[in-house]
Amino acid sequence: MIAGSALYQTAVELNRRAAICIPEDARLAVGQLCQRETHSLSRYVLEQIMENYQVAVAEQRPMCADTGLPRFYAKVGNEAVVEGGMVGLEEAVRRATAEATAAIPIRPNRVHPLSRKDQNNNVGVHAPTVDYSFEPGVNWLELTVVHKGGLFGGDYRMLFPADGVAGLKRFLLDSISEFFRRGMSCQPLVVGVGIGGTKDVCVRLAKEAACLRIVGDRNPDPDIATLEEELLELGNSTGFGVMGLPGDGAILDVHIEIAYTHTGGMPIAIQHFCFAHRRATARIGADNSIEYRGNPCWFTPFYRRESISFQPA
Amino acid sequence: MNNLEDLKLREVRLRAPLTEDDIRSLEIGDVVFLDGVLFTGREGLYSQLFDLNLQPPVDIRSLSNVTFHCSPAVNELRPGEYHIPAVSATASFRFDKYIPLLFERYDVRVIIGKGGMQKEIYQSTFRKYGAVYLTTVGYGLGALYGRGIRSVKDVHWKEELGLAQAMWVLEVENLGPFLVECNAQGRSLFEMANAEINQRFEKLYAGLPQPKLKRLGEVTSPTCEVL
Ligand code: SF4
Repeated sequence: MIAGSALYQTAVELNRRAAICIPEDARLAVGQLCQRETHSLSRYVLEQIMENYQVAVAEQRPMCADTGLPRFYAKVGNEAVVEGGMVGLEEAVRRATAEATAAIPIRPNRVHPLSRKDQNNNVGVHAPTVDYSFEPGVNWLELTVVHKGGLFGGDYRMLFPADGVAGLKRFLLDSISEFFRRGMSCQPLVVGVGIGGTKDVCVRLAKEAACLRIVGDRNPDPDIATLEEELLELGNSTGFGVMGLPGDGAILDVHIEIAYTHTGGMPIAIQHFCFAHRRATARIGADNSIEYRGNPCWFTPFYRRESISFQPA
Repeated sequence: MNNLEDLKLREVRLRAPLTEDDIRSLEIGDVVFLDGVLFTGREGLYSQLFDLNLQPPVDIRSLSNVTFHCSPAVNELRPGEYHIPAVSATASFRFDKYIPLLFERYDVRVIIGKGGMQKEIYQSTFRKYGAVYLTTVGYGLGALYGRGIRSVKDVHWKEELGLAQAMWVLEVENLGPFLVECNAQGRSLFEMANAEINQRFEKLYAGLPQPKLKRLGEVTSPTCEVL
């Protein structure tokens, strides 16, 4: 059985790692961008970003003081048994979030949306959220935490089949124009695109695509993979570098996820995940062993399944 | 000078509060590091000062003429004893309506923040008071800026505003880098960047029509800013 204490300790440690240590895939990608950049001001900024990653780890400081909104993603093995069930899990991550807020520290960002009341622990109504997916045939549980800055870089548009891929491209450029000027999105960043489903589902998929797939990962559907590469090239040919300064591009990768949608529509959402790319994952075994993992592997064949019953490949 | 590639990235180190000469000497693209004292502020502080018209608990003019749009990640070691490992700026454009009062009543002359402000306010207010806007770099460089915080001198309105929104008075040492985004003449680095990029950016829209469904109240030209 997976113990509540293992969940709690892992969740505290995931918050610490996410806040302080840049994941390897993002660090390498920003480093490559920095080496390629030919504009001196953009390059100067990228060098400072690389230096900040290093100082954060060396001196155990949060990489960005806006520690975003902590959120959890639980991929639960179908055979996993959790102490206290999912209610126990939710309590463990809430306690861990409050503890991590004080101990790391991460900024108490979560407030009541109207009264602006702050409990100073990043816990409140629907905070932090836990999203679930399931993994057939295993008894472990994987927990991922994401700290994502919140104010800029997300948008939604109801497109129609007639808007097609041109509509999608225009939407990407529009979001760059909106949020790359002045660097409001804190580029360089990963772009997540959600296409289809309903309004809420495409927004959720865009966020998960941005935050839970590693740089360089391609969608297994070859047509979507090609579109990812096309959008990456388009997005990096705008002339925008970091901070909205002239540059050779500031998109680390584009990840697209789709969901079957209404026959008349093509809702679409875009989400930017900034260079303070805070994400950490651990697998907790049935024996309470803990293994930290670089790749959240959130989009599994089961999660993306198309058929009625799931047939493993 | 119209090309950003011609900017020198001249490094300057100044002591806060800044003198008028310091402020007038700053040029677009200078890279600034600060020593001395500054205070933080954002919507919470401005609401106390300007919406509710409350007297500040301290004479702001005697503290510093430098303010930082941010809220730090704060560690309260013991009651009243704080450590700030990281600090990053928050977007300044949304505080525009408070800036004239901040300059007029409290003699603030240097704003540090994220992303600069609207060109209208540079022309109407920054120029008038001879004030400058320094932008943090990259933005999410909490650890790098955290290094420059030497100590917390004081904190005000902590109970009323919470840790994130409180007014922190900070002693800083070599805090930076900041880029001069708006100089005392109201020139702006981001405006120059937009002008340079727009020529090329607009061309990418060829063959990409507007979406079938429009939305009210939005800009539709890709070269406009949404601020
Ligand atoms: S967008 Fe990201 S890097 Fe920028 S301030 Fe917010 S959390 Fe930090």
